[in-house]
Amino acid sequence: MQESTHPDPLGRPPVIEAGHDYSTVTGKISDIVLRQSAPKAWFFGFGVGFLLLMLLNLSISWLFVKGIGVWGVNVPVAWGFAIVNFVWWIGIGHAGTLISAILLILHQSWRTSINRFAEAMTLFAVACAGMFPLLHLGRPYFFYWLFPYPSTYDVWPQFRSPLVWDVFAVSTYATVSLLFWFVGLLPDLATLRDRAISRPVKMIYGALAMGWRGSARHWHRYQMAYLLLGGLATPLVVSVHTVVSFDFAVGVVPGWHTTIFPPYFVAGAIFSGFAMVLTLVIPARKWYHLEDVITMRHLDNMAKVMLATGLIVAYGYFMELYTSWYSGNIFEMFTSWNRAFGPYGYIYWILIFCNILSPQVLWSSKARTNVPLLFVVSLIINVGMWMERFMIVVVSLHRDFVPGAWGMYVPTFWDFATFAGTIGLFLSLLFLFVRGLPMISISELRELAPVGRTAEGGE
Amino acid sequence: MAQVFHRAANTVARASIAGLILLLVLASGLLWVFFRGAYTQSVEVIKDQPAQFSHKHHVNLGIDCRYCHTTVETSAFAGLPPTETCMSCHSQIWTHADMLEPVRASLAENRPLQWTRVNWVPDYVYFNHSIHINKGIGCESCHGRVDRMPLVWRAKTLLMEFCLECHRNPEKHIRPREEVFTMGYQPKQSQSTLGPKLVAEYQVRKLTDCYTCHR
Repeated sequence: MQESTHPDPLGRPPVIEAGHDYSTVTGKISDIVLRQSAPKAWFFGFGVGFLLLMLLNLSISWLFVKGIGVWGVNVPVAWGFAIVNFVWWIGIGHAGTLISAILLILHQSWRTSINRFAEAMTLFAVACAGMFPLLHLGRPYFFYWLFPYPSTYDVWPQFRSPLVWDVFAVSTYATVSLLFWFVGLLPDLATLRDRAISRPVKMIYGALAMGWRGSARHWHRYQMAYLLLGGLATPLVVSVHTVVSFDFAVGVVPGWHTTIFPPYFVAGAIFSGFAMVLTLVIPARKWYHLEDVITMRHLDNMAKVMLATGLIVAYGYFMELYTSWYSGNIFEMFTSWNRAFGPYGYIYWILIFCNILSPQVLWSSKARTNVPLLFVVSLIINVGMWMERFMIVVVSLHRDFVPGAWGMYVPTFWDFATFAGTIGLFLSLLFLFVRGLPMISISELRELAPVGRTAEGGE
Repeated sequence: MAQVFHRAANTVARASIAGLILLLVLASGLLWVFFRGAYTQSVEVIKDQPAQFSHKHHVNLGIDCRYCHTTVETSAFAGLPPTETCMSCHSQIWTHADMLEPVRASLAENRPLQWTRVNWVPDYVYFNHSIHINKGIGCESCHGRVDRMPLVWRAKTLLMEFCLECHRNPEKHIRPREEVFTMGYQPKQSQSTLGPKLVAEYQVRKLTDCYTCHR
């Protein structure tokens, strides 16, 4: 990429620290997998993740044994934690696609240090998200009815329903993300194969590398394929969460039925996704001493993206209030009032604090380069975005038109256990990924290595 | 550097891709056969019955369907004949036939014959014979040529797609009411003109809502 051969006109700090060349970046990243034993933090993190994963097994088994009644859902709130968690997880995935696809097409070379990690996060988040719509079915063993297959009923899914669009949006998203991630991994898998010591390890990485030799023809095709996949994934950044927002916006429930939902959902998804990338990258770069590869420039850039998308989300909140007042519709106005001052009012105020107020510290460049503060802000935003989905799903449903149909939703232990369990699944997958695959793209990092640019003569 | 894999690995890789595709095709073919196949849906499968009753023989004697299935025009269930119905003839003819021993035993012991059901839809399907009869749907449309069945078998799959095909296009299957019990019915004029006419005359609606059958 251009940046590695031209001096930066703005005098920004380099994308990766000086002192790296092809062999040091290759060694640094591949040794984490092949030669170093995992740091203590890895065992701690994976242990916690694995325990929670077992809790997920338990809660799903209990759900399948007893049925949906183990959750707190009931009329009028038939969409409880399951859909809240679904939207939250799928939103988190969006940062990965944005970083890998849109930033690739825009030649933002700073994406290189974090794209692998963010793509992995996307995949695992989609895996967590995809589970919930299936779990919340009363008869989950009929999940395949969602797919248009030539059934003996001669009845097709309702193609006019956004819930069906969701199936396609999410499964396309998962497929493209997986392909993108895997194609990006190919040269690195070959590097691992070549550097592995024992024969079984060589064979595993060798099989995964699919015969990559690094010939000019391989690279030519690889880069074309990668760019094409990037082009394919780019509309998905926008389309997936748009379709998720249609699940609500197409319904007539006050608080759902608004046209602002698609852009506001997409911005929220990127907002929460970048928050999650920061939450994961900040400990990872410390534990694996990657501060020279995932530099302050990366954290600074991600903080800026968070601030920008956070402002769009804030605009969304204010527009919702404004349109409900401007519509003159008493149900819309009541929904706005009920969000802030109803029985779930505290959720609203937590949300305002987490998603609107707390990101404002990121205006200051001091805050953006203060790593512990960034970590805390990213955690707060993760919480805030979960609250936002709770507000949209539960608070809108629990009081709609007729007071006689109002009700409260009280999550049960199993609601929380399932949610915590998916966090466990996410963490387990993530720690396994960090252990077994290069968490930063070696081949792309080599392009960034300041070979020939270093003032001190270089190579 | 030594190669990790033998040269043959390339062929193995290609063959497994082809194999995977083949496997998928095969698996979907198997699923298709399993869920739609005549045998798995018990079509043309003869079941053991307590008495060797031949529909073919009795229909060809000229006995009307309604002689035994008495409630077919008035109730959901077409009705199975009590032993007395059999005996209305067989107390006079074939009175000592071996084949009829179970029937005589049933009468003597006052214990109904337990026929094995051949045509059925699941319990969550609401099906009513009388409305179909009264709207001009022939027995034959679902039960096939019973006049050619020595022991009765299921003629159609009775899958939901079978029901819906007619519910969506009743004009293709409707016949004059007086022809409902006819076996081997041939429309006297082209079905494309007769069908829509009868649909209008009998006020047949296209009942394809879920709750038409799943109540």
